[in-house]
Amino acid sequence: GLCQPVWRFQVSSALKEGHVTPTELCQRCLALIKSTRFLNAYITVAEETALKQAEESEKRYKRGQPLGVLDGIPIAVKDNFNTAGIETTCASNMLKGYISPYNATVVQKLLDQGAVLLGKTNLDEFAMGSGSTDGVFGPVRNPWSYSRQYKEKSVPKSHSEDEESNWVITGGSSGGSAAAVSSFTCFAALGSDTGGSTRNPAAHCGVVGLKPTYGLISRHGLIPLVNSMDVPGILTRCVDDAAVVLGSLAGHDPKDSTTIQDNFKPFELPSLPDVSKLSIGIPKEYHAPGLSSEILALWSKAADLFKNAGAKVIEVSLPHTRYSIVCYHVLCTAEVASNMARFDGLEYGHRSDMNKSTESMYAATRREGFNDVVRGRILSGNYFLLKQNYENYFIKAQKVRRLIANDFLKVFGSGVDILLTPTTLSDAVPYREFIKEDNRTRSAQDDILTQAANMAGLPAINVPTALSERGLPVGLQFIGRSFQEKQLLTVAKWFEKQVKFPMIQLEEVKRHNHDVFQHQKSASFS
Amino acid sequence: LAPWVPVVGLEIHAQISSNSKLFSGSQVQFAAPPNSLVSFFDASLPGTLPVLNRRCVEAAVMTGLALNCSINKKSLFDRKHYFYADLPAGYQITQQRVPIAVNGSLSYSLCIDNKMSQMVTKTVRIKQIQLEQDSGKSLHDDRRSQTLVDLNRAGVGLMEVVMEPDLCCGEEAAAAVRELQLILQTLGSSQAVMAEGQLRVDANVSVHHPGEPYGVRTEVKNINSIRFLAKAVDYEIQRQIEELENGGTILNETRAFDSKLGCTVPMRDKEGKQDYRFMPEPNLPPLILYDAKSLPANMNHQQVVNIDWIHERLPDLPSVKRAKLVEQYGILPEHSFALLNEDGLTEFFENVVKQTQMKPKKVIGWILNVLLSYLKQHSLTVKESPVSSFMMADLLNLLEKKEISSTAAKQVLAELWKGEGKTPLEIVKEKKLELIQDQKELERICQAVIDGQENEVIMMVLG
Repeated sequence: GLCQPVWRFQVSSALKEGHVTPTELCQRCLALIKSTRFLNAYITVAEETALKQAEESEKRYKRGQPLGVLDGIPIAVKDNFNTAGIETTCASNMLKGYISPYNATVVQKLLDQGAVLLGKTNLDEFAMGSGSTDGVFGPVRNPWSYSRQYKEKSVPKSHSEDEESNWVITGGSSGGSAAAVSSFTCFAALGSDTGGSTRNPAAHCGVVGLKPTYGLISRHGLIPLVNSMDVPGILTRCVDDAAVVLGSLAGHDPKDSTTIQDNFKPFELPSLPDVSKLSIGIPKEYHAPGLSSEILALWSKAADLFKNAGAKVIEVSLPHTRYSIVCYHVLCTAEVASNMARFDGLEYGHRSDMNKSTESMYAATRREGFNDVVRGRILSGNYFLLKQNYENYFIKAQKVRRLIANDFLKVFGSGVDILLTPTTLSDAVPYREFIKEDNRTRSAQDDILTQAANMAGLPAINVPTALSERGLPVGLQFIGRSFQEKQLLTVAKWFEKQVKFPMIQLEEVKRHNHDVFQHQKSASFS
Repeated sequence: LAPWVPVVGLEIHAQISSNSKLFSGSQVQFAAPPNSLVSFFDASLPGTLPVLNRRCVEAAVMTGLALNCSINKKSLFDRKHYFYADLPAGYQITQQRVPIAVNGSLSYSLCIDNKMSQMVTKTVRIKQIQLEQDSGKSLHDDRRSQTLVDLNRAGVGLMEVVMEPDLCCGEEAAAAVRELQLILQTLGSSQAVMAEGQLRVDANVSVHHPGEPYGVRTEVKNINSIRFLAKAVDYEIQRQIEELENGGTILNETRAFDSKLGCTVPMRDKEGKQDYRFMPEPNLPPLILYDAKSLPANMNHQQVVNIDWIHERLPDLPSVKRAKLVEQYGILPEHSFALLNEDGLTEFFENVVKQTQMKPKKVIGWILNVLLSYLKQHSLTVKESPVSSFMMADLLNLLEKKEISSTAAKQVLAELWKGEGKTPLEIVKEKKLELIQDQKELERICQAVIDGQENEVIMMVLG
């Protein structure tokens, strides 16, 4: 079968040549959003403003002056990015109804390129979670739950019970963005990645999920989870599209002092990538307990693919990998405790009616505004930051973080160009299974393969690889050297071409009969 | 009774004189309409990030150099957490681990026995100077049970100057702070006007017997003038001594100075035993400063702060200015202190000296004893003086040329003070205050007086 059918370039050229107009494109995406509402991928759909943006784009195309490849392209943004005039909730009661007065830098950059902002996508509350199940607007459903591929493989207990109880999670916390891209309601979406929150749902939803190097893309306007690890993430249906979006977002932002000063040059990926001169590292610690045999086999097959192409494939070791989750818990909760201190009900957001005293108002506001997950992390974080605990927890975790980062430095310094690992331990689990364990347990389990890259600030990408026995997507992860996104994406593109991941067969998408899918009707599916 | 040794340590917050705030671009301005100078970052809107203001860094470096500190070429920013209505983010960005400047000293002078004639120089060590954010202001309206919050001041840059506890009384504290104020004003790094909250002093006070460990200390806050600082410190020392001599104990507490009653009172414990849960500020990389040696060749000089460059451009500090005045004009050291102590007075003095033949040693008396006391009596600043330096010089010239007496000069000055625009010469002529030089004329006047007072003269001659 063919891989990602809807390349941006195709849509872009279709727009340029007038085969489809930005307005038509926008309307179709909006209609598809409506008919896939059961996925709960969107918190806010900005229909009016999107159509206006599409109109403006159309005018530009008519004049023959599109702003670039992204002009007129419908996109979605995770609801923890500030969008001026459009509600930004972080899927929390604390920010329900909050209309930010400014755009996040990455949002502004996309709008400046003419992209059409369809809406804000669903997530775990304040990006805390690995399922996109713990937000106040309810869980996101993985579009693959409704795919022919999944339905064919699942054994129905009873017909009616089927769809309602069997649906699988998207993974998280950028599940809404992943589902939006996966179900064709937009061409690219912004997520965020702190411990795997872009790559994890990308793997479960069968889309490309890119975590850029820390410091490459501005965080100004991204409501922070862990300032020292957060990055804006990019979700697309193919690697080339991710490169295009990266090119429009990367670069120094004076408003974010943690972005690097160096000039960033957007790049195009070679049409025929060559991996024969590369050294691919297989870190043995990523053969983690609980890794499904399916994924293990795919991982091995992938290594063979590289070997057969002439690349050097060697086993490497990242010995401190197993400490990353525990280390993350300390550093993440500490920063959460700090970052959430501003939510006191005074300046913006939810304010409790309790007004006996300022302190009681704070307490009630925060109890009402935050869910258990957020409150749990705040309490833990404050504990670790207490004077008597600081040395033993926070400082120690910082030191362990340094060791984890050094593991990567050593390996990359020894001649390895790219690391190849699984992204997740298994394919997506059914929601009713997932919620049997609490958020903390799930996060600890699910972040294990993705978290270390955040510790070290390295770029990493999920590439959809194959369908599991249950008919659900499985992806593999590539981790690259700092600021070597071009090399990372080149390898990813090569791999994408090799595996030819199948297109999702969704009734709703077929029904909407996107013209741009016309040429795909005859494609065969694996 | 065994003697008591008072120990006083000061923490001074000086607002940095800059156009915009420490980490955001909103304006710094005193007494603007409430909440009119608040950026998204100041209001702690989620997703906003701090961006360091270069001018604030330069101000801190200047101040550090002027106080003989070592400037840390690498310093760090931290978050200090507590909940309060005037702290929107729930934390203050400060420098707790590695501040920008350390280990300096401040020399100041005191008069012995309240006489201006004997001055002694003392030194207080500066522990550190750190950059940090100011908080907003909150007003408690108890009648309507509400708190009003104004964030105009939230995020304004502060230099916190921490002194070692080398001071021993209110007078020393006042003198040290006064000198610091003059230094800051000379540098321009802070306008340091206490009445506008640009300079705030907290005093840590304790007492102990010689040879014994330091006593429990209290912190005295809410001191808003140098005069009150001296009073508050002395009162607190006295209070602690009395308490201890009566068998009581000193609580480690925060106290406020009540200027009406002239005493310190316990403050409503707004913080209790706080654990500030310090954490590195993750959004600000370490602050790296350069000097001529360490500055890389290809570095964009607009992107860096060069300590040596700043050092070369430091203005004369007050102590240097005073020494120069003494040398140049032959005035006494205490005169130079008095000149620098009043804004604009040095300039006035020097202008008068330029325009008169009278020796500076004589001019200074007229400036300090006559002009200054007039100004004080009428609560005027030098800038508001109705008598200009030109007029003063004019007057002193008449005196120097012996055209009028010293008494007459004072009379003229009193007239000049009315600000009616007349020149000294005009007033002298008007009031017939000219000194008579002509011998014959003098004899004639005396004779006239004697003639008019015959009886008294006879009485005098008879004894």
